[in-house]
Amino acid sequence: MHLSLPLLLSVALLGIGVYGVLIRRNAILILMSVELMLNGVNISLVAFDVYWADALHAGQSLAIFVITIAAAEIGLGLAILLLLYRVRHTIAIDEATELREEAT
Amino acid sequence: MSDRSLLSPTGVDLAFTLLGLVAVGSALMVVTTRQIVHAALWLVVSLGAVAGCFLVMTAEFVAWMQVLIYLGAVVVLLLFGMMLTRAPIGVSDELSGTNRIAALFAALAIMTVLGVLIVDAFDSTMIDVEGQKSTASVIGESLFRYWVLPFEALSVLLLSALVGAIAISTSDEEA
Repeated sequence: MHLSLPLLLSVALLGIGVYGVLIRRNAILILMSVELMLNGVNISLVAFDVYWADALHAGQSLAIFVITIAAAEIGLGLAILLLLYRVRHTIAIDEATELREEAT
Repeated sequence: MSDRSLLSPTGVDLAFTLLGLVAVGSALMVVTTRQIVHAALWLVVSLGAVAGCFLVMTAEFVAWMQVLIYLGAVVVLLLFGMMLTRAPIGVSDELSGTNRIAALFAALAIMTVLGVLIVDAFDSTMIDVEGQKSTASVIGESLFRYWVLPFEALSVLLLSALVGAIAISTSDEEA
């Protein structure tokens, strides 16, 4: 199998994730796009692990670590979003503008 | 590495390409659909196809971890988040912003740069999936022999993230 095949798939998922993060307003959909980007990274980690036939299996171990950290990120992210929803009654990210300076 | 050419694809090549096309197509649906629940369901398809890609690349333990954690836990959490934030069920134009050109430009720029780089660097590099020994027992052995310290640190991180999530969501002070 060509090594460039999984790497190109990984690049495609990363680019689609970037597009989703930039275009979406709903914060839950942004979290989903971040998951797509992390999946793209995981594919390239596993592909290089198989390519090098690494004795330590660093690539697959790191992929498992990335999956775990993504789960922690989703848990914390959703807790923050629920708090935002309780305070603002919306999770559209362009309406959470407390940190922006008032336009004069 | 090998003398197999691009013009004679093997079964592994074909399986990976088909799964990759499913993953990319459903990922496109995730970022473009106008119904939020459909986005979560397309995410299931995309992550499942990526798990299939892991299986084709002989990384069976990562594939089952992907199915358990992503498809089992993360998507359910996302659906719960949609329910609790009263996400609009049905077609909604409120889900996406309006600056489509800039987002498309940034994504295409990243894909072009990385894609050209990869095709240039790994043009004729082959990976050998037949001679791999990365079963779950092998991965588990290396995880608990060489990677045990990061593994334990990660478990503490996961615990603190969950405690933090509970602490955030049970705070009484309404602003």
